[in-house]
Amino acid sequence: MLLELKNVETYYGPIMAIRGVSLAVPEGRIVAVLGANGAGKTTILRTISGVMDPQKGEIVFAGEDIARRDPDAVMRLGLSHVPEGREVFPFLSVSENLRMGAYSRRDRARIAGDLERVYDYFPALADRGSQQASQLSGGEQQMLAIGRALMAHPRMLLLDEPSLGLSPILVHQIFEIINRINEEQGMTILVVEQNAHVALRHSHYGYVLENGRVVMDDTCEKLENSPDIQEFYLGMKDQMPRGVRRWKKRKTWR
Amino acid sequence: MVNFAQGDLMMLGAFVAVTLIGDFGLPWVLGLLLSVLALAVFGYLLDAFVLRRVLGEPQFAIVMLTIGLGFIFRAVAGLVWGYDPQSFPTPYTGKSLRVGEVVVSYENFAILLGTLILCVVLFLFFRRTRLGIAMQATSQNQLAAYYVGIPVKRVFSLVWAISAGVAAVAGILLAPVSLVQPGMGFIGIKAFAAAVIGGFGSIPGALLGGWIIGIAEQFAGVYLPAGFQEMSAYGILILALILRPQGLFAQIQRKKV
Ligand SMILES: Nc1ncnc2c1ncn2[C@@H]1O[C@H](COP(=O)(O)OP(=O)(O)OP(=O)(O)O)[C@@H](O)[C@H]1O
Ligand SMILES: [Mg+2]
Repeated sequence: MLLELKNVETYYGPIMAIRGVSLAVPEGRIVAVLGANGAGKTTILRTISGVMDPQKGEIVFAGEDIARRDPDAVMRLGLSHVPEGREVFPFLSVSENLRMGAYSRRDRARIAGDLERVYDYFPALADRGSQQASQLSGGEQQMLAIGRALMAHPRMLLLDEPSLGLSPILVHQIFEIINRINEEQGMTILVVEQNAHVALRHSHYGYVLENGRVVMDDTCEKLENSPDIQEFYLGMKDQMPRGVRRWKKRKTWR
Repeated sequence: MVNFAQGDLMMLGAFVAVTLIGDFGLPWVLGLLLSVLALAVFGYLLDAFVLRRVLGEPQFAIVMLTIGLGFIFRAVAGLVWGYDPQSFPTPYTGKSLRVGEVVVSYENFAILLGTLILCVVLFLFFRRTRLGIAMQATSQNQLAAYYVGIPVKRVFSLVWAISAGVAAVAGILLAPVSLVQPGMGFIGIKAFAAAVIGGFGSIPGALLGGWIIGIAEQFAGVYLPAGFQEMSAYGILILALILRPQGLFAQIQRKKV
């Protein structure tokens, strides 16, 4: 396992947002965490990347316990976080944003190589190198945020809702590129998503998060076929057999 | 970050330079470099031990803290160096430069040239160097700076180091014409207020800001009781921060975190 969370608990003041989550991400895989608004997806990623500290539990990355470390230290170990809502540097140019992604690196030649590769994944960025990031469209900003994370040459990517606010076509494109990054570079990826359709189709393994707890986990194929997921996350309740009364239906994990 | 103690850092820089050059007899250039370095280190430590604790507090807390620090700096400078204005010897004191019909004293010429060089150096630093761009990045989106692995706390301290070092340069340039005394920082606060009122990064804004402050001071001197003239720059500045924190001609749209 490249990344392993063991019984992690994280609080916002008195509010317990993550209630003992354990999950594992094997090297070279894409793992998805599904959950509705407020389930705690963002909080999990923040806890991993060190922006928040867990109250309890262990976070082991590449054999080291990284819980409670500073974000820049976690980052230097090879974990790059693409935050929710494309947090770019609005008044820096696209190329400066990308170069900031390589802030902790010194190897110029390989930084240049990675820049080429990012422009290859996202040709839209290559055409806008000197433009201010604030002038990009939402989708382009999402690409910039992912590209910036790649510039750190990480061992693993944390993606927070890459589909947020994008058109279905763009969501599809972004996930195709995520798959390419995974296949071509063997990049390990942990992606959290509300869009269960896309996330399940493009990942290998999935966890379902509700109210800060993991309620289910399995391979994405099995999750896609599970009746609970179909009803509550894929919105396929219309296809249920007739006569099943709505109020009788309970999630099996409750 | 809004720093009301900038003028007082300038005053400290001038006093350190007077001490090193006037009292210890160091060569002028060496004394200048050492003073700038000393203030830069002081600025770094000031952030690391004092200002870092208010990071993330409302802007107003920071403003109050820096105003308080300014008072402390002036009091300490008064204790250490006394309140009598001191002259600042420079290699160019008393000489003047003749360009055609125009005669400019070297002191004023040094201020002009020094400011110009400082602007160019700072511009190149912020536009071209990795650290300079990282400082811009951190001020534009602190969270994202964390995410890309910029050591945000150290960057803040370095910003303070630069800002204190620049203040020292300003103090040393100004010292020959204004004399060195604990209250000399009030000039700095005016320039700074002008920049805030106008909006950082906007030259016309800063000019207009300076004009507003100049006028307000004159009126305060005439129509208000004694003491208000000195305070009017503070008053306008605080008013501006409350009413229009982005400045009259803001270029920087702040992201609300
Ligand atoms: N800054 C905060 N202060 C207090 N509580 C918070 C804060 N941020 C999030 N929470 C709470 O923590 C819980 C988990 O939030 P989190 O942002 O992790 O959810 P999420 O799964 O990412 O949701 P979304 O899909 O809307 O992004 C929620 O109940 C939320 O109200
Ligand atoms: Mg979220």
